[in-house]
Amino acid sequence: MKKIVAILLSLCLAGALFTACGSQSADTAGDGADAAATPDAAATQETDETEALSGDVTTGGSTSVEKVVGAFIEAFMEANPDVNVTYDPTGSGAGITGASEGTLDIGLSSRALKDEEAASGLTGTTFALDGIAVIVNNENTVEDLTLEQIKGLATGEITNWSEVGGPDAPVVLIGREAGSGTRDGFESIVDVEDACKYEQELNSTGGVIAAVASNPNAFGYASLSAVEDTVKAVTVGGVAATEETVQDGSYQIQRPFVFVTKDGAQQSEAAKAFMEFALSADAADLIRNAGAVPLA
Amino acid sequence: MDMEQVKNPPKGAVFPARAGKEDPRKSAGRSLRKMVRDLVEQIMNGVFFACGMAAILAVLLITGYMILAGLPAIGQIGVTEFLFGTRWASTAADPQFGILPFILTSAWGTLGAILIGVPIGLFTAVFLAKVASPRVAGMVRPAVELLAGIPSVVYGLIGMMVLVPAMMDIFDLNNGTCLLAAILVLAIMILPSISSVSETALRAVPREYEEASLALGATWIETIFKVSIPAAKSGIVAGVVLGVGRAIGEAMAVMMVAGNVANMPQLFKSVTFLTTAVAKEMSYASGLQRQALFSIALVLFIFIMIINALLNFVLKKGDSHE
Repeated sequence: MKKIVAILLSLCLAGALFTACGSQSADTAGDGADAAATPDAAATQETDETEALSGDVTTGGSTSVEKVVGAFIEAFMEANPDVNVTYDPTGSGAGITGASEGTLDIGLSSRALKDEEAASGLTGTTFALDGIAVIVNNENTVEDLTLEQIKGLATGEITNWSEVGGPDAPVVLIGREAGSGTRDGFESIVDVEDACKYEQELNSTGGVIAAVASNPNAFGYASLSAVEDTVKAVTVGGVAATEETVQDGSYQIQRPFVFVTKDGAQQSEAAKAFMEFALSADAADLIRNAGAVPLA
Repeated sequence: MDMEQVKNPPKGAVFPARAGKEDPRKSAGRSLRKMVRDLVEQIMNGVFFACGMAAILAVLLITGYMILAGLPAIGQIGVTEFLFGTRWASTAADPQFGILPFILTSAWGTLGAILIGVPIGLFTAVFLAKVASPRVAGMVRPAVELLAGIPSVVYGLIGMMVLVPAMMDIFDLNNGTCLLAAILVLAIMILPSISSVSETALRAVPREYEEASLALGATWIETIFKVSIPAAKSGIVAGVVLGVGRAIGEAMAVMMVAGNVANMPQLFKSVTFLTTAVAKEMSYASGLQRQALFSIALVLFIFIMIINALLNFVLKKGDSHE
């Protein structure tokens, strides 16, 4: 009995709460007329908004830049909530075509523009570099490989480490899954697209590093930033893979991440601001966190 | 309470039950309690109904979505090329979407897991139900049940850290990730479902059957193999089918030990199962590749449906026997 009384009491209280709310909202409705009578306030608000950026920026292209551009978009839209930046991963080719046809405000490419593409009125602006380290097991005595040797190892032409100055052990390639940007980068730079003889395909950089670390025969590839001392990054043509050697261009397994824009096209303020943001010094940490190398 | 009433007279109308409560007649209180009880009854009925519907709705939604998402790519690639193509190269310049390697790997992997897991699981069940003393069984059973509770990622992790390197040593392989490693992991993972269902079935065998067999001079082991197991057949088969379902649907553990290369199944080669084919490429897939992954999931979904139908059939048959 007491319980029921208590429940009813609380219901009454809840009812009082609702009525209180109701009367309040009625008050504000009455105030509404006042608010409408002061257009100055609304006007000032509007001017503020035009000063802030707004609009849509459509980007698209290379799937490899997804992490970097995703980080840009997140940070940029946080700073400019009225701007909507979209990214459509369709491949570098589609990104360049989109920019030239005007369907994209900014095309994204993970290779430099070819001469004929640049001649057709496109501008490429490199915003980050992608350095890919070739890693082997710590037990492996191989310290240096040429690009040609890496190609042979990846395609299965070289089947024993002794052929490249290492121990008498079979070669096991451990790489990423189809669709991964790192895989695409490695295969396109080393020129072994669709020709790699994988023994394992893993879906994370960490997985590749762990697998290489646990198999003395293994070699693999990973984003520069992810490599730690559980595995050994070989030097390529005598150049160690570091942020500096990627930036000065001496490390060979690297490629640029490029914004592609059409010359003379009217770019929106928001698109311009987005590119400026991506090229600013503030973006360097975003690029690093996304596993790429910022420009020097 | 009175003050509230005075403040908000219309509220009383909204809560007629309370108006009745104000009246200090006992009979009114009782009828109110009955009303509340009926209301609770009705609400709870509704809640149960909604929960039941939620399950049906989820199944319908998933089925519908899988078909809608999975069919376009199959249409684009071609049914025979998709199901019987032997090469999977989803991001090549000339993409190939043949999933026969995945289908065969899943089939062989599951078969292998069953070949290893069923004898062990069944004998575990025999041990628990017929041989072990209650005290020993009381210690073994929780251990087997615990196997079922271990997350698959843990199986995968141990497989990756222990089994894969061991494979390299034992079989002198260049690379330890292979079909056999996946089979071994799956065999252990399906043990609990086989043994617990089989044990229940074995315990349900009437004592008279076994006593009759013993009275005829058969030994206890002979009795188990010739009387108990045949009598528990349908339950054991149900356990096996359950194990098949678990093995074919497992992704995480398999992904960590199988190597995930789209090879035709070979015991000592890296292979990709239907599940891992979807899981490994999904994160960065786009376009037709992405759609084809949904199609693989659809094929897997159909397999699982067939296995479930089989399970229902086996269980029904078992019921009609008894």
